[in-house]
Amino acid sequence: MGLLDKQFTDDNIVITKVEDLLNWARLSSLWQMGFGLACCAIEMMATSASHYDFDRFGVIPRPSPRQSDVIIISGTVTLKMALRIKRLYEQMPDPKYVISMGSCSNCGGPYWEHGYHVLKGVDRVIPVDVYVPGCPPRPEALLEGLLKLQEKIRSESLVNKSA
Amino acid sequence: MALKTEEMVLNMGPQHPSTHGVLRLELVLDGELIENVIPHIGYLHRCFEKHCEAMTYPQVIPYTDRMDYLASMYNEFGYVVAMERLMNIEVPERVQYIRVIMGEFQRIASHLVALGTYGADIGAFTPFLFCFRDREKILNLFEITCGARLLYNYMWIGGVSHDLHADFIRLANEFIKEFRPNLKELNDLLTFNQIFIDRTANVGILPAETAINYGITGPNLRASGVKWDLRRDDPYSIYDKFDFEIPIGKGEKGTTGDCWDRYYMRVREMEESLKIIEQALDQIPEGDVSSAIPKRVKPPVGQIYARVENPRGELGYFIISDGSLNPYRIKVRAPSFVNLEVLGELCKGHLVADVVAILGSIDIVLGEIDR
Repeated sequence: MGLLDKQFTDDNIVITKVEDLLNWARLSSLWQMGFGLACCAIEMMATSASHYDFDRFGVIPRPSPRQSDVIIISGTVTLKMALRIKRLYEQMPDPKYVISMGSCSNCGGPYWEHGYHVLKGVDRVIPVDVYVPGCPPRPEALLEGLLKLQEKIRSESLVNKSA
Repeated sequence: MALKTEEMVLNMGPQHPSTHGVLRLELVLDGELIENVIPHIGYLHRCFEKHCEAMTYPQVIPYTDRMDYLASMYNEFGYVVAMERLMNIEVPERVQYIRVIMGEFQRIASHLVALGTYGADIGAFTPFLFCFRDREKILNLFEITCGARLLYNYMWIGGVSHDLHADFIRLANEFIKEFRPNLKELNDLLTFNQIFIDRTANVGILPAETAINYGITGPNLRASGVKWDLRRDDPYSIYDKFDFEIPIGKGEKGTTGDCWDRYYMRVREMEESLKIIEQALDQIPEGDVSSAIPKRVKPPVGQIYARVENPRGELGYFIISDGSLNPYRIKVRAPSFVNLEVLGELCKGHLVADVVAILGSIDIVLGEIDR
């Protein structure tokens, strides 16, 4: 509130659309589900640790799906894990978002051809909002993916859900 | 009249922040005490052996990276050592030094993640940030060498993909100078913290005999007081040229082989790794790094088992060649897989809250367990 405090000395009001306010609130505190699958999870941890610091975008890892807004699918989704991921996604409260991180969860990645136990893309079980390419994506790439998601949330509409 | 209590089965995972990946533990409880722990694996089975059948020998290297993704350099190291023995390739001296330097940096990076996440599991979040700060510097060193942060595809059969960057030796020495005080900081913050000691000392005691019977290797075995390190006992590459100690657990804060010993073993191994890197950086000769890389990798008919000391223990590759361009079979002896099996034994009779402490102390990586 630092900047606003200094601008106004008296009580004041801000006029905005309800949508804009809600979208602004949603995109500024995306709580992420602290859930790692494979190699990309290490890069996800690195993104939330000291150097890249996810916190500055309002992303805080939560241990439970019931408290989180965004799930980052970080790694290879196997057939055995796919149903669990679907269930985790279903347990998250609306509005919920999905970032697919890395080639494996985008399309199967290096396990695309011979991986008999690898799901060829997590979008076959849950809807994905942002795909982050890379094997594994650099932390900067994941941050970019998050910014893209924020852009998407900013243009959401309460009336027209698909917009 | 004795009170009859019923057993309760509690599932932990596959989604749990402290299972270090997608592992499901079936805890059989008697009240608050643990009677048995049954690990269920396979949530990250990525068909490593099937891929090896379809790939050529050099193409297997990226898949070895993705097994133990915290120690990718060392997985490549094991594979290329096995292949070079199978094909009788003499590797240039400079390549050997580069491999040892990278391998030991990887060991430090891997242990830093192990210690940081262990602290976070126990409830101390700050060491996690400290460890990742230092690890980030090692990743920068890897990045200027081969361009990748996590999965490198750096060590090739007969050589390495790139020579060291012109600044590498200066930056590596700078890192070592910075890292030593940081290690002391970590010790002050976590290792000798009384709350941490209370959580980990005398918990999950692994006696030497049990460890040997289960085939435990690496820091977990050494923490139980057994001096066994493949770098000294079955030397590969040029490890016999370096002067380093093999620390063993002494039970300073509790009993030999408890969680604290396993934790502290990793801190001390990082110090030894620094010693090895310093010596290697001093002695590294000039030379070509790609002169021994074969144009076409076609080993003779035969089989080989080679093992190296991965940050988690004995990593073995068993390769069968039928004389073609593709391996007939590659079987991996993964240290985490073997180390995990002792979990039930360790947890017996402890409280539910101790499972996290014990599981974290054996430092497993699921990518390597399920492969």
